[in-house]
Amino acid sequence: MNIPMHDVLLVGGGGAGLRAAIAASETYRGADIGVVSKVYPMRSHTVSAEGGTAAVMREDDNLDLHAYDTIKGSDFLCDQDVVEAFVKEAVDEVIQLEHWGCPWSRDEDGRVSVRAFGGMSVKRTLYAADKTGFHMLHALFQTSLKYDAITRYDEWFVTSLLVEDGRVCGVTALNIRSGNIHAIGAKSVIICTGGAGKIFPFTTNAAIKNGDGMALAYRIGCPLKDLEFVQYHPTGLPGTGILMTEASRGEGGHLVNSQGERYLSEYVPGKMELGPRDILSRSFIHEERKDNVFKGPDGSYVHLDLRHLGEKIIDERLPFVRELTRNYVGIDPVYEPIPVRPVVHYCMGGVHTDINGATPIPGLYAAGEAACVSLNGANRLGSNSLTECLVFGARAGQVAAQHAADTDFADSASMARMAQDEQKRIETQFFGTNGKERVANIRDDLRKTMEEGAGIFRTEDALKTTCDTIRTLKERYKNIGIDDHSRVFNTDLVNALELGYMLDVAEGLAHSALLRRESRGSHARSDYEERDDENFLKHSLAYQTDGDPRIEYLPVTLTRWEPEERTY
Amino acid sequence: MSDHKTIKITVLRYRPEEEDAPTEQTYEVEFRDDWVVLDALNHIKDHIDGTLSFRWSCRMGVCGSCGMMVNGEPKLTCAAMLRDYYPKEVRVEPLVNFPIVRDLVTDMTDFMDKLKAVKPWIIREEEKPVSEGEYRQTPDQLKDYKQFSQCINCMLCYAACPVYGLEHDFVGPAAIALGHRYNLDSRDEGIQQRQHVIASKEGIWECTYVGECSVVCPKHVDPAEAIQQTKVATTTNRFKSLVMPWGNKT
Ligand SMILES: Cc1cc2nc3c(=O)[nH]c(=O)nc-3n(C[C@H](O)[C@H](O)[C@H](O)COP(=O)(O)OP(=O)(O)OC[C@H]3O[C@@H](n4cnc5c(N)ncnc54)[C@H](O)[C@@H]3O)c2cc1C
Ligand code: SF4
Ligand code: FES
Repeated sequence: MNIPMHDVLLVGGGGAGLRAAIAASETYRGADIGVVSKVYPMRSHTVSAEGGTAAVMREDDNLDLHAYDTIKGSDFLCDQDVVEAFVKEAVDEVIQLEHWGCPWSRDEDGRVSVRAFGGMSVKRTLYAADKTGFHMLHALFQTSLKYDAITRYDEWFVTSLLVEDGRVCGVTALNIRSGNIHAIGAKSVIICTGGAGKIFPFTTNAAIKNGDGMALAYRIGCPLKDLEFVQYHPTGLPGTGILMTEASRGEGGHLVNSQGERYLSEYVPGKMELGPRDILSRSFIHEERKDNVFKGPDGSYVHLDLRHLGEKIIDERLPFVRELTRNYVGIDPVYEPIPVRPVVHYCMGGVHTDINGATPIPGLYAAGEAACVSLNGANRLGSNSLTECLVFGARAGQVAAQHAADTDFADSASMARMAQDEQKRIETQFFGTNGKERVANIRDDLRKTMEEGAGIFRTEDALKTTCDTIRTLKERYKNIGIDDHSRVFNTDLVNALELGYMLDVAEGLAHSALLRRESRGSHARSDYEERDDENFLKHSLAYQTDGDPRIEYLPVTLTRWEPEERTY
Repeated sequence: MSDHKTIKITVLRYRPEEEDAPTEQTYEVEFRDDWVVLDALNHIKDHIDGTLSFRWSCRMGVCGSCGMMVNGEPKLTCAAMLRDYYPKEVRVEPLVNFPIVRDLVTDMTDFMDKLKAVKPWIIREEEKPVSEGEYRQTPDQLKDYKQFSQCINCMLCYAACPVYGLEHDFVGPAAIALGHRYNLDSRDEGIQQRQHVIASKEGIWECTYVGECSVVCPKHVDPAEAIQQTKVATTTNRFKSLVMPWGNKT
């Protein structure tokens, strides 16, 4: 068996993966880069990011201010050295993307425009109307086409990481089109597989966001950091979870309850609609408890009112919002308010990495939403994560390429054997048995229990129940049966493999949440309402074991900013 | 839930390991007013028949994965409301003009090659260092190409194009529009390098200006307009190159 080998292999072709691939190929000439993606790269979920990407661009702004906003937004759980590197490198990264053709919206004088965003104290969010992620991803993808050193594996699905002598030396991947499992050798592997929003029922996330890369790392002993922190976005469409970008509030939109009040004056008077997402999402629940919300078939909601902005501003800066609401709920925001409610949006936690994207496992790196470099702490500020993909994608790409330059390939014969074993494992598990459990049923039950136990407000009892339920779901998963036993483009098999990843990530998440007996950022415990710096100013690390995950802790890196009370 | 409405969905099936030619299969599913066609397909996959294969991801009309023929028209199935067809039966088939891989999944490698061929990236004689900051581009300059940058690569225009149906060498609407997008970008200097693909026989000159591509495009890219503009520009450039043989960027 002939095994393809690459110096650096990207698992994931979204914003982080493509940025890392380009950085790796620019780090040393002759480096051979592979990009494996389960969907064509331009379909990656970065495509749906709407609002913008943050960097210090103007005279009224400075790096310390961006750093402070990020640190305060994170409820002091980010690593401050990471934040300092981030704000500094963000500037060059967004300019680099400008040079690569990203069609940023512009001011009259030709400079890139910036808009206001939640938790950012000045305007520093660059945007391309309200299709920022779409334009960034296509600019990155189209630019990547000019690098002959990059080989793509489009619609290949990674099923495991290959480990030899304690270091990662490649992956096994299902070529979805042929149905064959292959080994791909690599000196460095970078996980850029995005978030895991789909383990919850109502989410802005796409079908492909199941935490694949987090689970891949977890399974080979790499810890997952700060998994308990899950961001709810305050303005999703009820039912479908389609996102109404925060830019709609950045541009001046109002949130109004069923009494016709801008209810945020009670919770974040200093920031109102531009308060951070965790606080805004909790405010909704408080209003719900006071019966100040509208009731609809898909649950309760409040109104996002854009009418006062007028048609011209809406069409110029928020055209996608208008397109989406017209298509999906038959509402024209120029004339009517939009029904919205909090929906799961973003995973702050992920594969534990250092400031360069290196994990504790030699040869393994991670960047983007799949990683936890500790930029976002307990709550991410909107528009920091696209920039995170650029800054830490580039860093990981460079460091992984350097590592590759000093490393040899592992033995290809043993990799071929591992690929054969993997093919057998998958065939036995999914085709060999006559299991009775349907993928969709286990998935639905998982989502339900995550919402019940690990939702906006959490308690010890509810979390325990969720942990127990996940354990039984993992048992049921062993008895899974899929309808499709053919090879070519078997999406039934892909979905079953994804469900395995979801269960692993959910397990780590629920257990980390159970043990964090405090409230911080997005993690709100009704039974421990205060932030507890004495015991919990630290990152959690979840390790997979044969039983429940083992949770360890790691200190937070503070540089210049002492933790203080977080009020807005 | 007293009035339990249902709708019939007929899909084209093709499993290359089992059958030589496509067949069709009809499913009856619950009708829900807020469902798009893709929701019905997912309902089938999750609860009735897991063997049905199709692509999808964002369910918000932006990733470009879910293009299929719906009652004979190329559509994004995540943006096609089921209620617009109800109570009639809905027929879902893979996008025409492409080889079928399986069921509703088509082979789009041809497009990926053509996309690369038009060099869809900024080309400059000299790159400005990042440390010198951004290129200035006014809102008017942005407007020149903005529309052509909205393409989500969904392939609906290729399915609608009668020329591509007959002549697979044709570069086709989306790839030409994307090449044109870079040609119009004030930061770009690569028009000469793209011309041999875009202005070739297999490029714009193959197009007979049927305009169906622009009709079906869900993002209003208007590829037909891109082709028309390029035809005009190429003709004038041809004259210009006679007058100014040393060439110049317009
Ligand atoms: C609706 C929405 C709007 C947003 N808006 C903003 C915004 O305005 N500003 C902002 O900063 N952030 C925003 N975010 C967050 C931001 O978009 C994401 O965090 C970011 O795009 C993630 O990029 P990524 O490269 O890490 O992952 P993704 O873009 O999700 O890419 C993941 C990649 O991994 C691949 N992959 C996954 N699993 C496998 C596997 N098993 N095998 C092979 N390949 C695999 C996929 O194919 C894909 O290529 C938004 C998020 C959503 C959901
Ligand atoms: S031009 Fe329009 S129809 Fe064609 S691929 Fe692009 S978005 Fe789709
Ligand atoms: S699923 Fe993304 S465009 Fe339809």
